[in-house]
Amino acid sequence: MMQFERYEWLAITIMISLFIFVGFIQGWSVSLVILNMCIISAIMTMGVNISWGYAGVINFGVMGFLAMGGLAAVLVSYPPIAESWQAGGKGLGISFALLVVLVIAVMYINKKVIQNRNRYILNSLIIFFGILIIRHFYLNSTHNIEDVNPAIAGFLGGLGLPIIFSWIVGGLFAAGVAFVIGKVALGLRSDYLAIVTLGISEIVVSVLKHEEWLSRGVKNVIGLKRPVPYEIDLQNADWFINLVTYLNSSKLNNIIDVSDRQQVLNNLIIDGSGIFVKLSYAILFLIVMLIIFYFANKAQLSPWGRMMRAIRDNETAANAMGKDVVKQHLIIFVIGAAIVGVAGAMLVTLDGLFTPSGYRPLRFTFIIWIMVIVGGSGNNLGAIFGGFVIWFSWIEAAPLTTFIINQLTVGLEPTNALKLHLLDSVPYFRYLFMGLILLLILRYRPKGIIPEKVRHS
Amino acid sequence: MIDFLNSIIVLLNFIIIPGISYGSQLALGALGVTFVYAILRFANFAHGEIMSFGAMITILFTWFFQSQNIGLGILPTALLALPIGIIATIILCIISDKFVFQYYRYQKSVPVVLAMVSIGVMFVINAIIRIIIGTETIKFSDGQKFIMKAKQFKVMTGLNEGLALKSSQVITILITILLLTFTFWFLQKTKTGKSMRAFSDNEDLALLSGINPDRVVFTTWIIVGVLACVAGTLYGLDKSYKPIIYLNLVLPIFASAIVGGIGSPFGAVVGGYVIAFSEIMVTYAYKKFFVYLLPSSIEPTGLVQLLSTDYKFAVSFSILVIVLLIRPSGIFKGRVL
Repeated sequence: MMQFERYEWLAITIMISLFIFVGFIQGWSVSLVILNMCIISAIMTMGVNISWGYAGVINFGVMGFLAMGGLAAVLVSYPPIAESWQAGGKGLGISFALLVVLVIAVMYINKKVIQNRNRYILNSLIIFFGILIIRHFYLNSTHNIEDVNPAIAGFLGGLGLPIIFSWIVGGLFAAGVAFVIGKVALGLRSDYLAIVTLGISEIVVSVLKHEEWLSRGVKNVIGLKRPVPYEIDLQNADWFINLVTYLNSSKLNNIIDVSDRQQVLNNLIIDGSGIFVKLSYAILFLIVMLIIFYFANKAQLSPWGRMMRAIRDNETAANAMGKDVVKQHLIIFVIGAAIVGVAGAMLVTLDGLFTPSGYRPLRFTFIIWIMVIVGGSGNNLGAIFGGFVIWFSWIEAAPLTTFIINQLTVGLEPTNALKLHLLDSVPYFRYLFMGLILLLILRYRPKGIIPEKVRHS
Repeated sequence: MIDFLNSIIVLLNFIIIPGISYGSQLALGALGVTFVYAILRFANFAHGEIMSFGAMITILFTWFFQSQNIGLGILPTALLALPIGIIATIILCIISDKFVFQYYRYQKSVPVVLAMVSIGVMFVINAIIRIIIGTETIKFSDGQKFIMKAKQFKVMTGLNEGLALKSSQVITILITILLLTFTFWFLQKTKTGKSMRAFSDNEDLALLSGINPDRVVFTTWIIVGVLACVAGTLYGLDKSYKPIIYLNLVLPIFASAIVGGIGSPFGAVVGGYVIAFSEIMVTYAYKKFFVYLLPSSIEPTGLVQLLSTDYKFAVSFSILVIVLLIRPSGIFKGRVL
């Protein structure tokens, strides 16, 4: 088992005390909301950290992998829509089968026809006509599917399984996409790779946005089933009412009037149910985070992790020692993406809705990267710490800015134009903070707040 | 014959003219990215925000001039404010270099670190823009909107199809020609330009020949500032200014720069047009075109559209990926100015 250094304990203590502090100042509900997102961010950060920190493989496609995870949540948990399957299932099946035939044909040609020119001509002909034929079936069936009850359905629906399975499926989806991207792009230099992965993640999101038969597109999917109880069920459950009464017995016993007491109890139950739900999410997420953390650390300390560091630090030397750099890069890129995909599915689970247009690179790629850099690349605890600290400051930047602006402009009239303008733009200051944090860390602590431990063994 | 002319006009109106003006904007942006890449050797993710910043300053001064009733008649007032925007953008570039990029240059950091740094700069500039001007869409083009309206053209030629020519498109094309000519003249003929080319070709040799690196970098940022501000303003003038759109514009710009061969200015310009035209051509519905051209018996019934316009953005990236796979160095071998 791993040992924590003193400063690492300090970091953990800081993280925990931040939430307790917010809990007392802004209420436990707010604190838990932030905590849940912090845990998800920490998982995303660990995913990126595994590819970047262990092996130096850059992954700017975070947004795309998150979206794939989100898609998995929809496809696993949403109840299947029979009419849609009837309307377009056959056509989709045919077009899929044709696609498989096309791919096999192209592979066959690549194998059989040696001469380059003939091969190119044959391939482009077959692909062109193949796509024409597939399009015919595909467009018809997707059109039919999207016409089925467009106000509430208009897509194929999912499998109707518990959404918690989607966390694994989301990882698999993201891994699949990452495999394709990695096959195509991993040979590139790191800054090219950054741009290409960023671009491909945009393509993934635009596909999810516009292929309505699959993901309902910009019409969003709402009302996904939760893995935890609903507030309203809790409020009517005897055991929960008893629990709240028991926990607050001293407070309730002080109130003599019966109706007053019932009133207070009702309020407590409503508050309590919200907190209970968020707490259950937090526990579920925490379990996932700890599992990933455990295995990530195990992997880092294993011979495989050592090989990854060798590849990162000197690719040529590692290659000369007989390590298959290309293959290992692909493996680690896929693993990192899979973890991000898990986080994506968890994100949709937490929100209970899937909004493809909500995936923006600034929020879902660059912020995650700031978390990685700030936390300390190559250190899993650092990744978690980065995820927590950055998400925390992202949320708490607004109240803090309001406070600072009010302090700075205390001499100005409340109707002063500058003051009003500044107060209006409070939400934008968080970008300023993020940029400054990133620049300061890169300048003065380039290895991150909790740097990677150098091991000599 | 008339049908043939009509079909040509359709192409001109919906593909060629928008393609050239969008391509010019991309080309100017890509040229800026290329300069940073060739001299400073990193991928500048902040370039879109620098463009946005320049456009914002131009807009602020356009508003100021409009309130003072100073204008250029039929030309947009923004042209008058553009020089001020350019100066502000150059100052922004030089400040960001002095306070941020310079340190890493002296440290000889790897390109990836500089790219990360540029992301930090991107966030800061992004925040400044949002704080100053908000996130609303702003239309700031004034003066005469059209040089030729579709209706005028129809009356003039007697054809069925109209040809509209927006003044912003013509301005874009003219300014681009001017700026590109000047940039290439500068690189090829002046001493500073030659020293920049030498620096981008081989840094050590350039240093040995007594080229002052700080001066080269300084000049580079000036050129980048001019190009970015003009590109940003022209894009805003043509479409309408929206601060968050420029982050999305960075990707097609990178695609243009890489497709053309990153580091090669000529390649960047060509790449800009390649990306712009392919985005428009792949997502345009050719039905009208074929209706004019083909006899009515084999007229197409569908839209004859390869991809829906939703995928405009994906097109530029697919091209980028294809180019990187087939010819990783881009259309023109890059790396050197």
